[in-house]
Amino acid sequence: MSSVQIRDVRKSFGNFEVLHGVSIPIEDGEFVVLVGPSGCGKSTLLRMLAGLENITSGTISIGDRVVNNVQPKERDIAMVFQNYALYPHMTVADNMGFSLKLRGAKPEEISSGVKRAAEILALTPLLERYPRQLSGGQRQRVAMGRAIVRDPQVFLFDEPLSNLDAKLRVAMRTEIKELHQRLKTTTVYVTHDQIEAMTMADKIVVMHDGIVEQMGSPLELYDKPENQFVAGFIGSPAMNFLKGKVKVNGAAYFEGPNGVKLPLQSAPANSDGKPAVYGVRPEHFTIADDGAEAEIVVVEPTGSETQVFAKLGGEQVVAVFRERHQFNPGDKVRLKPDPALVHLFDDSTGKRLNS
Amino acid sequence: MADIALAPRRAKTEIREATAWDQLRHNKNWLGFWFMVPAMAFLMFFLAYPLGLGIWLSFTDTRIGRVGHFIGTENYEWLWDDSIFWLSVFNTLLYTSVASAVKFAVGLYLALLLNERMPFKALLRAAVLIPFIVPTVLSALAFWWIFDSQFSIISWSLKHLGLITQNINFLGDTTWARICVIFANIWRGVPFVAITLLAGLQTVQPSLYEAATLDGASRWQMFRFITYPLLTPIIAVVMTFSVLFTFTDFQLIWAMTRGGPVNATHLMATLSYQRAIIAGQLGEGAAISSAMIPFLLAAIMVSWFGLQRRKWQQGESND
Repeated sequence: MSSVQIRDVRKSFGNFEVLHGVSIPIEDGEFVVLVGPSGCGKSTLLRMLAGLENITSGTISIGDRVVNNVQPKERDIAMVFQNYALYPHMTVADNMGFSLKLRGAKPEEISSGVKRAAEILALTPLLERYPRQLSGGQRQRVAMGRAIVRDPQVFLFDEPLSNLDAKLRVAMRTEIKELHQRLKTTTVYVTHDQIEAMTMADKIVVMHDGIVEQMGSPLELYDKPENQFVAGFIGSPAMNFLKGKVKVNGAAYFEGPNGVKLPLQSAPANSDGKPAVYGVRPEHFTIADDGAEAEIVVVEPTGSETQVFAKLGGEQVVAVFRERHQFNPGDKVRLKPDPALVHLFDDSTGKRLNS
Repeated sequence: MADIALAPRRAKTEIREATAWDQLRHNKNWLGFWFMVPAMAFLMFFLAYPLGLGIWLSFTDTRIGRVGHFIGTENYEWLWDDSIFWLSVFNTLLYTSVASAVKFAVGLYLALLLNERMPFKALLRAAVLIPFIVPTVLSALAFWWIFDSQFSIISWSLKHLGLITQNINFLGDTTWARICVIFANIWRGVPFVAITLLAGLQTVQPSLYEAATLDGASRWQMFRFITYPLLTPIIAVVMTFSVLFTFTDFQLIWAMTRGGPVNATHLMATLSYQRAIIAGQLGEGAAISSAMIPFLLAAIMVSWFGLQRRKWQQGESND
């Protein structure tokens, strides 16, 4: 196990820069998830960490060794690919033992290493099968087994669950997290799915267009997103954004679309009349007599909660209630955001305004 | 419900019995048969009939312009004692084995080379196909000139370099003639092997190589443990075809040497042509041709077993 330091890393393909100076400190044993929309550079960064892509500038170090010019096989990392990249002509055991075989390990060493990894992942009955004879989830486990056998300093996962069906994805998510808790190997995990990021990470790094938007623990990102992008990306259903102006007229409040009055706990200094974006998560709405009037458009019960789509000041918002209200489309309700939990973002830069 | 059940049933309108013609028109199996007929007719007429006729002729004493009589295995008995026939068998085996082996090695090398990232890749890939596109006779004529005893460009160049003092008698010397026709065959055959293997190489997922890189494989190990095993099914197909084409080669030899000098480059196909068409002994020529069948069957059997689905190719393919 070791720490990983990514310092001001840039990557260009020809004249096109895809990573614009990314710095991420990763502690020993930490589970870090790189998350962001397609094309944000997260997979490229992971491949640079693995040594499959050159580093244009900046440094990456594993432990206390700068690995910019170190061959992939000498970096002591193991990677799980999105399509698993299992060798189709080798059995599960051969797939898992391939790296040991190349390293020139003795047959007994290889088989004991494979056996140990197979036991961890419950793959022992499948060792003589070929990849084609396995289900998606089993292939996924073999790919992880291949990584475990090597006993590396760092595990890299490149969207490992995106080829699985929804149910299996949830199960494997738990399995990977459990594996990490058991092995405590430093892990860098790339995904575009913010739920995966939220559920698995010690630390989430939100990337967008080749820069790091914010990093921190899942709940930090959820509770205090630094900008509108992170606020919109983390959380499902996504945060509601309403454009308007901050008003300090005695008590601070927010004037939303069509003059809707929304509560604010406090206004940032010198912000009277400042155009801003008001963010509120769906679950932070309550029904209250002093709320803003909204007209219900669609009601979607999921059993554990109910999602309500409503028009608030002409804009569509989503609210989630765990209590069972009797709502019907067309009903008028009074929605009140919890003033302690609302977010305020700069209208032009998207930066967070309230503390 | 009850009154519907109790109501008198109306007689159904009478259904016409299906005639045999209706069945032929509408039955699915018959329909399948009709779709197969054109293809079957083609195969029967252009493949099965000539093959059957050739084998039949080999048991007769047919000559050009004269109906033959059945003479049993007499033609084969003649051939058994014919040293030129046995020389042609030896030549054919030598020609096929050397040319196929070199074609495989060079073709695989070219395929690996063309699979790399390099400038003008598309252009180079197209250029590799040129020997394959040029009509055989045309390229044979070109080689005939290149290997000409007086005007050979090779002899000329070597003389100017001061390496030899006399022209090499490429197509006049038995050993040189064999080398020359084999070389020409390789030149023509390599593109087929190279392009087909290249197509095979491109089906190998790039992520396998990335995984192997991380597993610590050197370039040779990647070839040995990943590329080669994944390529074996395609190698089996390509080499079967290559062997069949080479074994039955006719045009190149006929255009370059006509089997000479002293029958050193006579293949079974050219000898058969010479005996059957030039000398008019259709029966004997047909016997030489038919004698190729066991060899070709053997080659096909080898590839049949080579092509058996390997264990790793079995199972579901939901990837």
